[in-house]
Amino acid sequence: MRQEKQDTEPVMTDASSAAESGIDAGAFASRRALIWRRFLRNRLSVAALAILVLLFVACFALPPLLPWDYSQLDYRSLQQPPSFSHWFGTNALGQDLLAQTLRGMQKSLLIGVCVAVISTTIAAAVGSVAGYFGGWRNGIAMWIVDLLLVVPSFILIAVVTPRIKDSSTTFWLIVLLSAFSWMISSRIVRGLTMSLREREYVTAARYMGVSNWKVIVRHVLPNVASILIVDTALNVGAAILAETGLSFLGFGVQPPDVSLGTLIADGTASMQTFPWVFLFPAGVLVLIVLCANQIGDGLRDALDPGARTLRRRK
Amino acid sequence: MTELLQVSDLQVTFPTDAEDVAAVRGMTFDVRPREVVALVGESGAGKSATAMAIVGLLPEFAMVSGSVRLHGDELIGLDDRRMSRVRGRRIGTVFQDPMSALTPVYTVGDQIAEAVRLHQRTLSRTAAQARAVELLELVGIAQAERRARAFPHELSGGERQRVVIAMAISNDPDLIICDEPTTALDVTVQAQILDVLRTARDVTGAGVLIITHDLGVVSEFADRALVMYAGKAVETAPVEDLASRRVMPYTVGLLGSVPRLDAAQGARLVPIPGAPPSMAALPPGCPFAPRCPLAVDDCLVDEPALRSVGPQHEAACIRTDDVAGRSAPDVYGISTEPPDRAPDPNAPVVLRVENLVKTYELTKGVVFRRRIGEVRAVDGISFELRQGRTLGIVGESGSGKSTTLHQILELTAPQGGSIEVLDRDVSTLDRRGRRALRGDLQVVFQDPVASLDPRLPVFDVLAEPLTANGSGKKEIDARVAELLSLVGLRREDASRYPGEFSGGQKQRIGIARALAVAPKILALDEPVSALDVSIQAGIINLLLDLQERFGLSYLFVSHDLSVVKHLAHDVAVMFKGAVVEAGNATDVFAAPSHEYTRRLLAAVPQT
Repeated sequence: MRQEKQDTEPVMTDASSAAESGIDAGAFASRRALIWRRFLRNRLSVAALAILVLLFVACFALPPLLPWDYSQLDYRSLQQPPSFSHWFGTNALGQDLLAQTLRGMQKSLLIGVCVAVISTTIAAAVGSVAGYFGGWRNGIAMWIVDLLLVVPSFILIAVVTPRIKDSSTTFWLIVLLSAFSWMISSRIVRGLTMSLREREYVTAARYMGVSNWKVIVRHVLPNVASILIVDTALNVGAAILAETGLSFLGFGVQPPDVSLGTLIADGTASMQTFPWVFLFPAGVLVLIVLCANQIGDGLRDALDPGARTLRRRK
Repeated sequence: MTELLQVSDLQVTFPTDAEDVAAVRGMTFDVRPREVVALVGESGAGKSATAMAIVGLLPEFAMVSGSVRLHGDELIGLDDRRMSRVRGRRIGTVFQDPMSALTPVYTVGDQIAEAVRLHQRTLSRTAAQARAVELLELVGIAQAERRARAFPHELSGGERQRVVIAMAISNDPDLIICDEPTTALDVTVQAQILDVLRTARDVTGAGVLIITHDLGVVSEFADRALVMYAGKAVETAPVEDLASRRVMPYTVGLLGSVPRLDAAQGARLVPIPGAPPSMAALPPGCPFAPRCPLAVDDCLVDEPALRSVGPQHEAACIRTDDVAGRSAPDVYGISTEPPDRAPDPNAPVVLRVENLVKTYELTKGVVFRRRIGEVRAVDGISFELRQGRTLGIVGESGSGKSTTLHQILELTAPQGGSIEVLDRDVSTLDRRGRRALRGDLQVVFQDPVASLDPRLPVFDVLAEPLTANGSGKKEIDARVAELLSLVGLRREDASRYPGEFSGGQKQRIGIARALAVAPKILALDEPVSALDVSIQAGIINLLLDLQERFGLSYLFVSHDLSVVKHLAHDVAVMFKGAVVEAGNATDVFAAPSHEYTRRLLAAVPQT
């Protein structure tokens, strides 16, 4: 048996070491394959990913199969606790809460995930470009960031959304919410990039003739990945809550359409007396945010070679 | 009782989540007044843990047992308050990095005065200040009165270390512990610091326990050496005996791996194969057996204890008779002879630098930047590098040698002068020409930890220059496999991350990356100075082998003259941004003509 960390003598022959180590000369695993393998080793994160995908599929695929529509009123069961005909119970108007929650999830999941991914992508792109190149790119980027930070985004969105037709509300909410939630993370990314730029492995890559944007993608972004991933996971929750807040104030999603936000807002009033009206939508929201965070944790560990728990035992 | 410090059966264990790591496994030794005892060994041998256990500065969760007696008083088991009265008062400590050993926001005079007043409460503030100035004079700081009011960042590295020594001896200690006191310093400063330590010992009459991996420092400064391996002393001897009559294979390897000033260019060193064992769960038997060239079955049965092999000379080895009198290459079965055929001195020039200038502007003011002067980091230097040869650029920190190297690697027009790489003037290059030329000029950095992206698996590290050069997937796979075997790594290593390798292996990855696109010129920026001496030997041999095999030209930047002697055919000595002496390495080393070169050579500690 060879020792694991043996600093072997320089092998000065042409014989490939592949033969003696007993591994056929196939292709090497790429970084992507390696990270995926490491991610799969984290059971909890895989489960979280599965749940999130399941929720996503369920909220679009399930409603047509259910006996009740989200807007349908069942006059025989008002404010009823969960039963066989209404699994999540009904609200004061006799609407089926399961159908409503699923309808709300369609909006909230879409908004949450899309806003988180888009805003983090913008933050990563702007921050790393500004930090890596400096100069005029940095000047312009930081000027935009400062400008957007002082614009009262909440009011702006509140003014814009009611003027939009129903069908595209979700789309515009995604656009507007992402446009106003990337600035602070991009400043953090910029700061980290500026220190990474001075690292020797970045210099080494430049001396090797690697192009600038490849350096950013291969060296800078993976090394700020921890913050980006945490940022994305937190943004899912923040975006859903922002949409909730807007809808609660009567902007955002308009009745009779529902979102998780409006459902929770409706339910809070009767939380003590009719808990199911509040608990099911809120529970789903908590589940979504928890899953997003867990996936984020798993990704971070998969990307970070320092994460001990994921090392294979040899 | 003549012993100042008596350490017996000292054991240090660090409990971790998985297993207990035994850092020190039974050290027994003593230090007499005015005696200098050195602890020598590779990193991870338990040198620092031993010293920190003596002064009681280990983290609280460390389990320490055994006995440490200072003038007969037991130190192990003392609580922190009582230990604090010993530290600084009876034991002075000098650390490796003087910058982090000093507080940046207080003047050095205040810091020394504080050290004095801490243990002599009755002393007035002014008296302590006066004592601080006295101490600064003692450690050789000119204009001590004025310099006492300086902040640490205003002093040079050597001066800072002098201040730390002044603090260590401020209360006239009985014992001075020095943890790698010269490692972070330039070679000429290193010699001065050893002188200061000698003075400090003479003035205080203290015993000195010095920790070092530099065998040159040991032979220059110490009276007695303890060679440590895997948390134990494996050979102890007076320093004169150690060099000539060592009997433990590990000591032989350590001494054989030291580059020597009297070696010929191309002479190989004797590296110790393998790496130190994991200190958790050591197998039975001699811990050195897996790396030992003389290991027999008996070595794996029981761990040998120290036994006397001569006056004051002990070794923990059962094969000492087979070691005595044999040379290191003989013991390790390696030929160190340089190859017969020397490279053609009239080979074509691959790199020509003429009158290279690089200046940094000094500016003042925030709103209106105005120039108040400039620093000439590189001041009109010229040299040539021929194919298949090595040019060593030697100098101390701040001499401009790294700036020169990076100027060349940038492949852009310099501020002044010209750089020609493979007969092409870099100032005339366009984007594509520059990229093409990058393939012929590659670099290996000093710190293998910093120069490898921690998030990139080794395969991707090695594939990066190939992708940048536009190779296909199949080609890259084949080339990476070839590179791994070229630098002595295994194929399976490709899917591991740099953090999982030892320092020497990381540097091998760095070299493999530089070789990936088959360059003609390799720029080496102190490639071995961050490595242990036994590992360093392996890398030097690798570099020599690669040059011989591929006819590479090396531009080798280093402050270590003995390493340069092994590798370089030609040298250029840099001092304050200018080349003060250049020529054939053998000639320059044999008969240095410039005062600075002579000073550099004289400062190199000899084993």
